[in-house]
Amino acid sequence: MTLLTIKDMQVVFPSRRGDLIAVQNVDLTLDPGEILGIVGESGAGKSTIGNAVIGLLEPPGIMSKGEVWLGNQRINNLDEEMMRAIRGKRIGMIFQDPLTSLNPIETIEAQLVETIMLHLALSEHDARTRAIDLIEQVGIPDAAVRIKQYPHQFSGGMRQRVVIALALCAEPELIIADEPTTALDVSVQAQILDLMKELCQQRQVGMLLITHDMGVIAETTDRVAVMYRGQVVEIGETRQILGTPVHDYTRSLISAVPRPDRRVERFPLVTYIEDVIEDKPKFELATHWLGQTQKFQASEGPLLRLENIHMRFTTRHAMFKRNRLFLDAIKGVSFDIREGEVFGLVGESGSGKSTVARVITGIYKPTSGRVIYAGQDLTLLKTRSETQPWRRQMQMVFQDPFSSLNGRMRVQDIVAEPIRFHGLANSRHEVRELVLDILDVVGLGSGAAARFPHEFSGGQRQRISIARALATRPRFLVCDEPTSALDVSIQAQILNLLKDLQQELGLTMLFISHDLPVIRQMCDRVGVMRSGSLCEIAETEQLFTRPEHDYTKHLLALMPKFDMLPGLTKARRYYGNTQSPPSKMQD
Amino acid sequence: MADTTGQRARSTAGDLLFRFRDSDLLYSFLHSPGAVISAMVALTLILLAVFAPVVAPHDPFELASLDLMDASMPPSWLAGGDPRFLLGTDDQGRGILSTVFHGMRISLLVGFASVILSVIAGVGLGLLSGYAGGRIDAVIMRIADVQLSFPAILIALLIDGVVRNILPREAHDQLAVFVMIFAISISGWVQYARTVRSSVMSEKVKEYVQAGQVIGLGATTIAVRHILPNVLGPVFVIGTIHLALAIIIEATLSFLGVGLPPTTPSLGTLIRIGNEYLFSGEWWITIFPGIALILLALSVNLLGDWLRDALNPKLR
Repeated sequence: MTLLTIKDMQVVFPSRRGDLIAVQNVDLTLDPGEILGIVGESGAGKSTIGNAVIGLLEPPGIMSKGEVWLGNQRINNLDEEMMRAIRGKRIGMIFQDPLTSLNPIETIEAQLVETIMLHLALSEHDARTRAIDLIEQVGIPDAAVRIKQYPHQFSGGMRQRVVIALALCAEPELIIADEPTTALDVSVQAQILDLMKELCQQRQVGMLLITHDMGVIAETTDRVAVMYRGQVVEIGETRQILGTPVHDYTRSLISAVPRPDRRVERFPLVTYIEDVIEDKPKFELATHWLGQTQKFQASEGPLLRLENIHMRFTTRHAMFKRNRLFLDAIKGVSFDIREGEVFGLVGESGSGKSTVARVITGIYKPTSGRVIYAGQDLTLLKTRSETQPWRRQMQMVFQDPFSSLNGRMRVQDIVAEPIRFHGLANSRHEVRELVLDILDVVGLGSGAAARFPHEFSGGQRQRISIARALATRPRFLVCDEPTSALDVSIQAQILNLLKDLQQELGLTMLFISHDLPVIRQMCDRVGVMRSGSLCEIAETEQLFTRPEHDYTKHLLALMPKFDMLPGLTKARRYYGNTQSPPSKMQD
Repeated sequence: MADTTGQRARSTAGDLLFRFRDSDLLYSFLHSPGAVISAMVALTLILLAVFAPVVAPHDPFELASLDLMDASMPPSWLAGGDPRFLLGTDDQGRGILSTVFHGMRISLLVGFASVILSVIAGVGLGLLSGYAGGRIDAVIMRIADVQLSFPAILIALLIDGVVRNILPREAHDQLAVFVMIFAISISGWVQYARTVRSSVMSEKVKEYVQAGQVIGLGATTIAVRHILPNVLGPVFVIGTIHLALAIIIEATLSFLGVGLPPTTPSLGTLIRIGNEYLFSGEWWITIFPGIALILLALSVNLLGDWLRDALNPKLR
């Protein structure tokens, strides 16, 4: 018997500018023990489906049409009282952020016991025993001890396990998991996905897995529904959808996922996306003003050399040194970046890669060590007038397209600011010319100039960010996770743009990412970082084919394996012994 | 260059108007009757106050026009009333309606001026405190803490008392308005400083600030040009509510006799003067200025409440 049936669902969000249809014509079914993936880009309406099923649409959203059946009970027309009895009891939920879905001021035990007693008629003692059982089942060691702890005493991955235990409390028939691993590091993600898969099979629980990540879909789901603009465009066996997609959108979406197995010249563009920006005709470098970067004198040796950089943050201030607490974000990092190359830094969150970027660009001053750029030790420069000429040569593209632009400034002023500040143009008119030109180069067009950042999508904002970085005519560009906040189709466009700019302007680039396939496509050499130090530096191809350090091997083993993709040989799954990935397992 | 700047300013203003017309703020305003009514009341009172010399039927400060024969007349619709004085007259023959208009003018002047002073001091210090951090922050915030441990009225009384003792009486009467503005604003800056400081601290870790640092911009440029515009939202809200508070503090002080002198009466002074006649049956001398004060403070306060809710995304 089917567990969940969604018939002709339509969800609308009424607003003063008319009704916004978030989801329409959605028909889905789910069997017990099955994992159905819902994949799509942001705004496709995938989370809305999950929220509509559990009756927790964000106001003012309403399900205006259709039926939701759980087993043989129709649940979309129940009143709030009855719906509450179903939520948690028959439908469990797992949300994206494990930090906010647990109550920080109650112990894990209190939260579990409360939920169990609410839904199952058990005594407090039995509920407690069951809670410890559950914690054990989701793979948390020392369950009896750890259950007495508070959420903040658990790491991100462990917290998500607790959330899963919470969802399983009352033996639900259906679990809705909304981006359950998006906030987690790859190694933790793999463990959580394996756990969820195993639990579904064992207990014959059906799962609706909502994600934007093709890798997660490929690894976990039995069937997948691809959503585009509120509609399901394709649904079927995961293997078949990923291997032989029928719909154009699915095809473009899959082609935009960076391939882990080999390097391609360019990312295929997702032509199905409306706001795709066609590649601009190449500009004439010799005459173009951006090309005038070349007048920098060639330097001896590498363009940038980091020598034994240490960076220590004070996490608790105190009058006396012994009372202070420190965090060593970088512990002795040294590497060279040669002129014109793209150097990649890869690592999990908290490994210190972003801190390295900020030390290089001068946002942080390192505790010790030297940053030598074109023969000049930047850490020795004291005054602003001394550092300014060097600042101009080095620019940065940030991760978060929403907070990296000042929302109160127009795009033209954002891009013009560095030009004006460094006196790169002689007149107001010239500044404007340059701004429009750069906007054109990054594919935005001059129409963008007079608008405000909030009028643009994430990908377009990232283009603005790149335009701002190019405005000083830099020689060295630091990209700190430039695409990790973007959808895959947009990511492909931005990576292509960065690649083009790098090649045509001969930029030297430091490219930071946690995403190995992206690193493989972008970089010439790669450094692998882990808890503040570099484990391995190698040429990209060598690193991906013959990794030396255990940690590198571990990371590579965790890359999503699209072995059902067309024309893709089955990727190696294991490199050596991955049973005990070195450390990071302290939790 | 000057003309291009002018042109730009004009186009920005037109653009702002357009954005305002399209904004959620205006929509929310038009859809909350309370806000619309308070805005209308406040605006009417403010206009009456500003144009008091034009709209008031008499000039209560023109001593030559006063006639003691007109003293203590009841409102015109009561027996013994005079159609020339709609709301009656006080003991010196001044029309209550005219004195209320002129009194509001002074109350509003003190209110606006002290809010503006507090905003300038508070936003400046808050920005400095939040952006510089460390020792500077600690010092400014401790001063603010000390300041907060005295109620606003006490501080105002203190300053007024000191000034009163230093200056001769005539000089004090002339300077009374400025003393009042200073006293109220010095007790008001703390709120702005604290609010701005905490907003600055959450803004300064955002990536657009780091982008400014990478470009090479100095700390002042980043703080003033980039961070400041992003932290001003709450300041408007506090400012509106503070305006009502400032008007009430001024009225309270004047009522207690330490505020503005009878020669330049504010609403508080008028209420105090009238208070003496309340039990001799001449209630209109104190009641009408009282109603004006309530309407003014209430409408501005309600407007501030609406603004706070409309700008708070959590309550939307």
